[in-house]
Amino acid sequence: MTAQPTDEVLLDMHRRMVRIRNFEQEAGKLAEDGKIPGALHLYVGQEAVAAGVMTHLSDQDWITSTHRGHGHLIAKGGEFGPMFAELFGRATGYCKGKGGSMHISNMDLGMLGANGIVGAGPPIAVGAAFSCKTQGEGHVAATFFGDGASNEGSFHEAANMASLYKLPMLFVCENNGYGEYTPQANHQAIVDVADRAPGYGMPGVVVDGMDAVAVYEAAGEALRRARAGEGPTLLECKTYRFFDHVGVRGMGLSYRTDEELAEWQKRDPITLFEARLAELEILDADSAQAVHDEVLAGVRAGIEFAEASPLPDPSVLLDDVYA
Amino acid sequence: MAEAQATETRELPYVAAINEAVRTVLTEQPNAFVAGEDVAGAGSVFGYYRGLLDEFGDGRVVDTPISEEGIVGLGVGAAATGLRPVIDIMFMDFMGECMDEIANQMAKMRYMFGGSAKLPITVLTMSGAGMNMAAQHSQSLEVWLCHLPGLKVVMPSTPYDAKGLIIGAARDDNPVFVALNKMSLRLKGPVPEASYEIPIGEAKVVREGTNFTIVTYSRMVHESLKAAEELAADGVDVEVIDLRSLQPLDTDTVIASVKKTQRAAVVHEAVRFAGMGGEIAAQIQEHAFDYLDAPVARVGAPFSPVPFSPALEQSYVPNAAKIVAEVRALLGG
Repeated sequence: MTAQPTDEVLLDMHRRMVRIRNFEQEAGKLAEDGKIPGALHLYVGQEAVAAGVMTHLSDQDWITSTHRGHGHLIAKGGEFGPMFAELFGRATGYCKGKGGSMHISNMDLGMLGANGIVGAGPPIAVGAAFSCKTQGEGHVAATFFGDGASNEGSFHEAANMASLYKLPMLFVCENNGYGEYTPQANHQAIVDVADRAPGYGMPGVVVDGMDAVAVYEAAGEALRRARAGEGPTLLECKTYRFFDHVGVRGMGLSYRTDEELAEWQKRDPITLFEARLAELEILDADSAQAVHDEVLAGVRAGIEFAEASPLPDPSVLLDDVYA
Repeated sequence: MAEAQATETRELPYVAAINEAVRTVLTEQPNAFVAGEDVAGAGSVFGYYRGLLDEFGDGRVVDTPISEEGIVGLGVGAAATGLRPVIDIMFMDFMGECMDEIANQMAKMRYMFGGSAKLPITVLTMSGAGMNMAAQHSQSLEVWLCHLPGLKVVMPSTPYDAKGLIIGAARDDNPVFVALNKMSLRLKGPVPEASYEIPIGEAKVVREGTNFTIVTYSRMVHESLKAAEELAADGVDVEVIDLRSLQPLDTDTVIASVKKTQRAAVVHEAVRFAGMGGEIAAQIQEHAFDYLDAPVARVGAPFSPVPFSPALEQSYVPNAAKIVAEVRALLGG
């Protein structure tokens, strides 16, 4: 197994989670106030997954993301200013205002895009992992997807191909219990998506997706295998989204109970992690609050940057359809 | 780049020209690889990758599972991260299995990402009826692709064009579909040994004429040339344009010809309704309405799936006789 994370790694993971939480909470408010056009799918509640995996990755490692993709990009090193600018549809956004929340990406950070199509990422990550293997520099590709996407044929084709070719790849299933508004029990006849892994000749591992250290350790072992040429792993992280499928309060559909939400919120990944850091005497409450304050100031500066940024000029409409 | 002048030119069948093109691509581009069903060990069901596995090894000529969505995704992800994939979709009809990766990923990634991604993907696929392969292995679905901003689409009619367009596609930094024609595999024609590319987006006047234009592509080029010979007896001097590239479309060459001949027909093997003919006819009336002496005729397949029985298939697929009849009807013959 991977060694315990060092204090430095623990603090790094904490900061990544706090960055995601603050960005998403502020983005949620802006969306509810009608200041961000289009649909936002927020990552609040799932932060431990992105942080636990991404802490292992460099800019030369690739990821594919989902429609709930802000957290993945932030954990991969995304900056608040160009991210908010993208959500606002500004020319200074990471995609120059042409992608928005559902397609936010940054090739320099190894982030192959959020994706509006459920399950589209795994086959693309197979291609990225194929490049990593061909280039032979020890880089990997990780694909994030949900329990819902694990019912798409694309996931199954990708899992088979990645395992067949022993690609340096990690399948990260963020099982948040719902495919959009449909509970897992109503969309698949299994409890653990990881059970699908042996059918493709790869290990399937289930971890507590609210526990960043558990995710970190399991991802570390899976990535060690991947880099050693032993092939992919399916890492299933049991987690929960604290906001609705889309937006914060969403469409007001009655598909889950307040009691269920409250139960999961008792296991808020950031609260759990901060308690652990306090226990280990790595980060006390005041220091944790200082991180939150500093990050929130950065988020607000990012929003100001976005609001002050120009809208794209209509003359760029047809730019970048082709290279 | 201009089309290379032949150094050594041989008569090669279309299938051998494809093989030579892919061999050239793998030789010239160290980041290129071929992936698809039966491409490595079997050398493709059509034979056009034969010998490449032995020459380039299994890291560059890759057999895949029968997983079209996975195969195209492999191409998209590999292209975005620095390789230059040549992806094989055995029959164009199988695009239904991978249309998300084509339409929503491959075609749009660059634009959605604000221009930061580059997708140098070549997709080789097989179109066309005439071999009694029935409804799911005989279609010409090029308009599915032409409707998607971000893709380029070429359809070579000759061995020379097959080699030059495949090499051109592989040198292009965009996704390019090369829709080959299965009835043309044994068709022979001159092919230079040297490497050359045909610029994507340039049509070719394959027969000069003065008073009628046929705009066509792929195998219908040959049927149109036969029709032109027959129509010459009527005093109709037909100019035949092989579009070669459908997206981008060389509208200039078409319009220049129609301004000269003042009458035109569009001929393709695909279903006539909502086919390329509609688009080209519209472009002609937009750019050359005042020059037209007659409506633009369209020849295409009828609105039905491709039938199996040879008797039915023969009456389904357009041919020289149907083209002649359509042109004569248009001219009030």
